Amino acid sequence: MKALYSLFLVFALVLIALLGAGAAGWQYAFGVVIPYVAAVVFVVGFCLRVVKWARSPVPFRIPTTCGQQKSLPWIPQAKIENPSSTGGVIVRMLLEILFFRSLFRNTKVEMYDGPKVRYTSSKWLWLGGLAFHYAFLVVFLRHMRLFTEPIPWPIGMLETLDTILQIGAPTLYMSDLVLVAAASYLFLRRVVVPQIRFISQAADYFPLFLILAIALSGISMRYFTKVSIIDVKVLTMGLVTFHPVIPDGIGPIFFVHLFLVSVLLVYFPLSKLMHMGGVFMSPTRNLANTNRAVRHVNPWKFENVHYHTYDEYEDEFREKMIEADLPVDKEGPESAEEGASNV
Amino acid sequence: MSNLPRPDDLAKRVHYEPPSKDWMDLPTDIKPGRYCYASNPASVEYVGLPNARPWNPLEEDWKLPENWQEIILNGMRERLDKYRTFKVFMDICVRCGACADKCHYFIGSGDPRNMPVLRAELLRSVYRGEFTKAGKILGRFAGARKLTLDVLKEWWYYFFQCSECRRCSVFCPYGIDTAEITILGRELLNLVGLNIDWIATPVANCYRTGNHLGIQPHAFKDMLEFFCDDIEEITGIRPEPSFNKKGVDILFVTPSGDVFADPGTYTCMGYLMLFEYLKREYGLEVTWSTYASEGGNFGFFTSHETMKRLNSKMYMEAERLGAKWILGGECGHMWRVINQYMDTLNGPDFQKGHMITPYNPITGTTFHNAASTKMVHIAEFTADLIKHGKLNLDKSRNSNICLTWHDSCNPARGMGLLEEPRYVARAVVDKFYDMPENTIREQTFCCGGGAGLNAGENDELRMMGGLPRANAVRYVHEKHGVNMLGCVCAIDRAVFPPLMEYWCPEVQVCGLHELVANALVFPGESERETDLRGEPLPGKEDE
Ligand code: SF4
Ligand code: SF4
Repeated sequence: MKALYSLFLVFALVLIALLGAGAAGWQYAFGVVIPYVAAVVFVVGFCLRVVKWARSPVPFRIPTTCGQQKSLPWIPQAKIENPSSTGGVIVRMLLEILFFRSLFRNTKVEMYDGPKVRYTSSKWLWLGGLAFHYAFLVVFLRHMRLFTEPIPWPIGMLETLDTILQIGAPTLYMSDLVLVAAASYLFLRRVVVPQIRFISQAADYFPLFLILAIALSGISMRYFTKVSIIDVKVLTMGLVTFHPVIPDGIGPIFFVHLFLVSVLLVYFPLSKLMHMGGVFMSPTRNLANTNRAVRHVNPWKFENVHYHTYDEYEDEFREKMIEADLPVDKEGPESAEEGASNV
Repeated sequence: MSNLPRPDDLAKRVHYEPPSKDWMDLPTDIKPGRYCYASNPASVEYVGLPNARPWNPLEEDWKLPENWQEIILNGMRERLDKYRTFKVFMDICVRCGACADKCHYFIGSGDPRNMPVLRAELLRSVYRGEFTKAGKILGRFAGARKLTLDVLKEWWYYFFQCSECRRCSVFCPYGIDTAEITILGRELLNLVGLNIDWIATPVANCYRTGNHLGIQPHAFKDMLEFFCDDIEEITGIRPEPSFNKKGVDILFVTPSGDVFADPGTYTCMGYLMLFEYLKREYGLEVTWSTYASEGGNFGFFTSHETMKRLNSKMYMEAERLGAKWILGGECGHMWRVINQYMDTLNGPDFQKGHMITPYNPITGTTFHNAASTKMVHIAEFTADLIKHGKLNLDKSRNSNICLTWHDSCNPARGMGLLEEPRYVARAVVDKFYDMPENTIREQTFCCGGGAGLNAGENDELRMMGGLPRANAVRYVHEKHGVNMLGCVCAIDRAVFPPLMEYWCPEVQVCGLHELVANALVFPGESERETDLRGEPLPGKEDE
């Protein structure tokens, strides 16, 4: 149901672009105004969100330790999974961000023979997630050719690598294929695996459909409906140089593509997609476990904290302590009296 | 345990397939056996926590303050400003489900709200509905809902079905720590007086008497002396522990569970014997305190503030006695608090500067890793002694033991104490087999009774939550003949015996220093016939 809602929503967006930029001919709005607004919303929204997080302090040092601590010199420390230096933290974060280290650990649980439980390695989510994110990155970088003149050589290189299989004409981008396959996998996983379906929300389906629609509209432009790439570049270069122009004859499908990208940009800072920024901010991963070695200061103070001091404690239990031969700081009134009578 | 179904029947009830309905539409059904009794008002009052009154979770009316919604929402706002974790973890979960089947309560119960992601969503949905624009406008579509009484009850039920073990956090690609969310969720519940008695009363006891059982100073001393009698009977050596003694270099703090219930008591005898050995052989003295007679910090399961109040005693006592550093006993969450919170909470206020970086004069080792807190874990301490050959050990006394090691959650995932106890265990026991990789070290499973859930009335929850741990133990029991489960946590030692009896009855439970003490040879000791439990030593059965 939630998946359907999201699917309809994406259809509606496609329709809006088709009608708006196609039938109604508001190409300037869809080609210039909306993309500019979206870009601004994205950049400002992203920064605001990160600033909002950063404004809350990290009062305690709470890394999740996934390996041996640094303790006695002869015990080998897990320098990355339980880092005690900035270098270790950086490597831990890089492994996390570049290779999804924690997800690599994933297991799947099964119950068999009544009360027996088994855990099997399950790397599909890791693989699917990694494929999705890297394909997205490559596609994104490839698009930089539309925004640069001359095109920097790394982008050309990337493009050559991406078409290295030389299939079809125009040659097939592998990243396109991987992106669609991975996004489809991530979607199917959400509907097919009952537990994942149970936890999924419209907000989980929507970005997947949106990205799929963006990818499919892009692919269709390249292989099927064929837009004029030269005109597209005129438009995109116009946008980045702040001299926007709308060349004639770019097909409506291009505006659909651009509009969906704009929606993604606007949606990004409002949603879970912010995990892109948040992954850097997670105190369980980005702190070194030097907790006992170095003081970590909490910037705010606890208000009105009362302590039960030793004096209060002794006042309550003094007699019993004296009787039990436990040392006390102050002699109690009774023992003082006893002492007096002995004299 | 009388109402518990048989193990096979309990396991048959577990289905991992969740219902087809949306979870927001599924009512919360508070089941006996899965929740703990409400807190005793006197305990709540003693420590000055809000809304002390008798109440019963099974009744409709939870006797909340009239403006409870306002209190909770203000509490949320305040915590969002104080804890980056709270904000970030509310915002960035992508509901990938990697954590879903990692929680022992989910594995053992199949209750979908025990999937960590959903446990967090219980709170997150309200965060969205009350604090984010998208949630306010889009409502359900954005996964948002309002804070209603039903939601509050759902929070209470499920936040007290989380043992804050952090296993889920290991697998999350963003390190989202559901334990942290539970901690903050419980803090919010506490603001309106929703606690459980197995936390509130220990908190009050710790505050008043120094330990969670409410043992008063004279009784505390008596109990330890009673252990000394036993030790004398078994070994011919009588330990003379010192209490509240000024001018002793090392203050020892351990969970009071070890002073009270088997098999923790044997571990406690182990500490006493080790200290006596060090005193006789090397002149190193350690003092116990009756005022700081609890390592375990039940405040941690209530609020950061209560944790701070209880924790302060360790430094205050070290200061008063003039101890140079503190040695900490075998306890789980005590070490989470010491490692991650103590120095930040109380270091600056109560460590007045006479304490030094822990240094062991016997081995010459300086514990640089504890330079700031001035607290060393006894497994680190003993490992260092053994490494330097300072203990005379006779492994053969433990030769009827085939040991496996339970990495207690908090020291494992909140500190990284993995090798030290294994090193010690291997030095005193010959037969040692680790459980399967997916169930030890950072992937270790909770005993099912952590975070204050070690009560009698929630035994069903505990047996279900302990299933993954017990299952792994049974595996090594069947494969290698393991008959002893070792651990460095007093809650483990209390929770495991019934758990083992239920799922894997041939396996017993012990602490690390029980094994050490069994193997420790005192000069001039009489020939031992039995171990600390009074069971005949290997080779002595027939005599
Ligand atoms: S693993 Fe992390 S991101 Fe994935 S569902 Fe769990 S908490 Fe959310
Ligand atoms: S912290 Fe432990 S008990 Fe709590 S949700 Fe995570 S795995 Fe479950």
